[in-house]
Amino acid sequence: MARSPDPARSTPPGSAPGTLLSSADVARVVDRMAHQLIERAASLRPDDGSDQADGGLADLVLVGIPTRGAPLARRLAARIEAFTGVAVDVGTADITLYRDDLRLRGVRALEPTVLPDDGIDGRLVVLVDDVLFSGRSVRAALDALRDLGRPRSVQLAVLVDRGHRELPIRADFVGKNVPTSRAQQVRVHLAEVDGVDEVLVTERDAE
Amino acid sequence: MTTHLIKGARPLGGDPADILVSDGRIAAIGDSLSAPGAEVVEAAGLVALPGLVDLHTHLREPGREDAETVETGSRAAALGGFTAVHAMANTDPVADTAGVVEQVWRLGRETGLVDVVPVGAVTVGLAGERLAELGAMADSAARVRVFSDDGHCVADPALMRRALEYVKAFDGVIAQHAEEPRLTAGAQMHEGDRSARLGLTGWPAAAEEAIIARDVLLAEHVGARLHVCHVSTAGSVEILRWAKSRGVRVTAEVTPHHLLLTDACAESYDPVFKVNPPLRTDADVEALRAGLADGTVDAVGTDHAPHAVEDKESEWAQARPGMLGLEQALSVVIETMVGPGRLDWAGVADRMSVRPAAIGRLEGHGRPIAPGEPANLVLVDPAARSVVDPAALASRSRNSPYAGRELPGRVVATFLRGTPTVLEGKATR
Amino acid sequence: MKRHLLEAADLDRDDATLVLDTAAQIDQALAGREVKKLPTLRGRTVVNLFYEDSTRTRISFELAAKRLSADVINFSAKGSSVSKGESLKDTALTLEAMGADGVVVRHSASGAPHRLANWVRGSVVNAGDGTHEHPTQALLDAYTIRQRLGRLDGVRVTIVGDVLHSRVARSNVGLLHTLGAEVTLVAPPTLLPVGVGSWPAHVGYDLDAALPKSDVVMMLRVQAERMNASFFPSAREYSRRYGLDARRMAALPDDAIVMHPGPMNRGMEIAAEVADSVRSTIVEQVANGVSTRMAVLYLLLGGSPQ
Repeated sequence: MARSPDPARSTPPGSAPGTLLSSADVARVVDRMAHQLIERAASLRPDDGSDQADGGLADLVLVGIPTRGAPLARRLAARIEAFTGVAVDVGTADITLYRDDLRLRGVRALEPTVLPDDGIDGRLVVLVDDVLFSGRSVRAALDALRDLGRPRSVQLAVLVDRGHRELPIRADFVGKNVPTSRAQQVRVHLAEVDGVDEVLVTERDAE
Repeated sequence: MTTHLIKGARPLGGDPADILVSDGRIAAIGDSLSAPGAEVVEAAGLVALPGLVDLHTHLREPGREDAETVETGSRAAALGGFTAVHAMANTDPVADTAGVVEQVWRLGRETGLVDVVPVGAVTVGLAGERLAELGAMADSAARVRVFSDDGHCVADPALMRRALEYVKAFDGVIAQHAEEPRLTAGAQMHEGDRSARLGLTGWPAAAEEAIIARDVLLAEHVGARLHVCHVSTAGSVEILRWAKSRGVRVTAEVTPHHLLLTDACAESYDPVFKVNPPLRTDADVEALRAGLADGTVDAVGTDHAPHAVEDKESEWAQARPGMLGLEQALSVVIETMVGPGRLDWAGVADRMSVRPAAIGRLEGHGRPIAPGEPANLVLVDPAARSVVDPAALASRSRNSPYAGRELPGRVVATFLRGTPTVLEGKATR
Repeated sequence: MKRHLLEAADLDRDDATLVLDTAAQIDQALAGREVKKLPTLRGRTVVNLFYEDSTRTRISFELAAKRLSADVINFSAKGSSVSKGESLKDTALTLEAMGADGVVVRHSASGAPHRLANWVRGSVVNAGDGTHEHPTQALLDAYTIRQRLGRLDGVRVTIVGDVLHSRVARSNVGLLHTLGAEVTLVAPPTLLPVGVGSWPAHVGYDLDAALPKSDVVMMLRVQAERMNASFFPSAREYSRRYGLDARRMAALPDDAIVMHPGPMNRGMEIAAEVADSVRSTIVEQVANGVSTRMAVLYLLLGGSPQ
């Protein structure tokens, strides 16, 4: 639904600062995404007459982008296993060395790049990240994947899509779409990293 | 010749007095002198000292006129308060003949800013193999009395003995660069904790002390005069103290930089701090100050060593050793000796004028400030402090280790036999 | 991290650990990959400025820079303006004009990288200067120790040989101490610098006494020409007193390792059977050199403004 901006508003369009998703919300959203992934795996399973009792899930690899994409991928795999009984392969791909904006962001410590023993060649890879913003992380991740193998298909799952893309990239699975202004920050906290599950919207100035 | 009336200066830091300078001599000293037609130099608050005498200056001419000339070095000396400097022999050609020393002496006379007193080489070409014609240099117009292979040690003990003996005939003195060369091959800095860490080959204190110990024994044995250049270690001061207590005719000098700076300067790897002998430790600096205070070390010798930019703006090991000193020598002595109360102004006059003049057998320098004496004078403002700017130095070179450092004392005026070479802090020509 | 890596002291414990961790992640990310190249430093220029022949170190840095997609210029002293008497400063100004983001410098004069760092805007990495330091060698050694033994804290490292002339020893003493290892230097007294007592290391003259208490033995190259300067009487005597042979290796604790920065004098400081034993890390050290130097280049150049 399109909405014309109200010229009388002094603040730019966006979400009101505060908690966007609570801990319970995060759990609900992750569950929904897990279900979507199960459906997608089934619809995209290879048409090669192989044993498909697993609904195509054996073909799926969830690759988390550190920092918070990695635990998110593990959670999604855990939920998929809980719903289907099938253990899905999980990996992580640190994309720091593929970024094209190091000069702006500065260097940082690298995190592990770990792929399943069977690799990613010929498989359905779903990149998992916490927030989709400019799309540059995803571009870097795609470059990294190219060096790591040749997947049959690559898709993208994000917990939050906050808009403001700078590249022609879209997510295949979105936990929540959040309209934001550029001045705002979306901060995803996950228990594995931050001790709590929540998604916050803050004004950059408030940092 | 112009007559100058110096108003209200404090001779050797004593009570203010007027000094009348006329016909190259001090005509009168007293209260409220008047001299119609005299040029008045207001000197209230300034200390008057006899013109300073340097036993150890490198003027680089002939050979490296890109680094310094007799003229630029003379101007630097005058601005530093000097009225006489001994020009070291390691020029190109080496000052090892009457011809070269006379050339340098004549250039000094023509410049006329300080008395340039040539030092003769001890050995031909500074090669340490056979004696240069010491007598010919002594008999020349330059009347050489100080002989030195400075830059090189007269390492051969037999040769050193002969040199010490030989110059007795004309009351000469051998000024030894004390450095046992076999112990300092490739040496870059003081050997100690810092050299170990910085990976720069060490110059052990023992290499200096061993030569001084040897030479004082030789001087005693043959009854000759020995002067030790740029003493840099606590051990050297101890040996000199012992030798003097035995009555050995030995004198010694310390450089301004060894009174102020330590091997910590090498941490920057900036070769402006590379010098031979090297900067030593805090303990050595303290011993040198104590030695200068009690007279064990007789004199301050600048070892003013100008170097062209390309000889210093390089890797440490490739840079040439040496640093400028003439223009800051008095300031460093004020900072390290006068300020802390270790030397009064009479002491400064003694160590920077009287004794060096005596060692060099100079007539007319290092004299009392008294009527009838030659008017070789310096007026210094002890209260002024300024930051050293190498670009503002009169030397042709810029390798001052004091760059950016604030030091006390400003030479306001220098008189050479009654003629001002410096007035209001500026060279008169 | 500081902008330059000139000596081990430029790295505090956090920085040093970051370099080692980064090298480990790079190793892991590249393990088993066909394409061993990362786009990280695309568009950056790294100049290898080698005033001393050192094919091994130069190739290691070159490979590290190329694997990070940097443009690499090799500027060796031979056959260049450097051998025609161009000063270090003029060379530095030339590199500056070329827009070098990083300068890897090997020089026979201690402190030359410090001088260079005053004259260029890019990061300077010391690849060995005179008898001063060789910090990336110490990093790769620390990385190798950690890889083999699983830790650095409390590891007992004995460095044996020509400490006096060794930049490897100086860097290792500093870095290993920073990382919590306990360093012992063993050498004939003539090959220890006056002032070594101020280093954060134990000093001894008896190799046999040190070996049973060593988790790591690092053998330094001893140049035969030192013999002519009377640092020791003969190669045979040196080897007998300070060489690591099979008998001595047997005195080491079971899991102890033997290191050598190379190039080795087999039969002098290290016996062939020791160099080729399972305890020896000499080949790993070479491989680890590339990933460690990649980590250094990434950390120094990766975030630098253009």
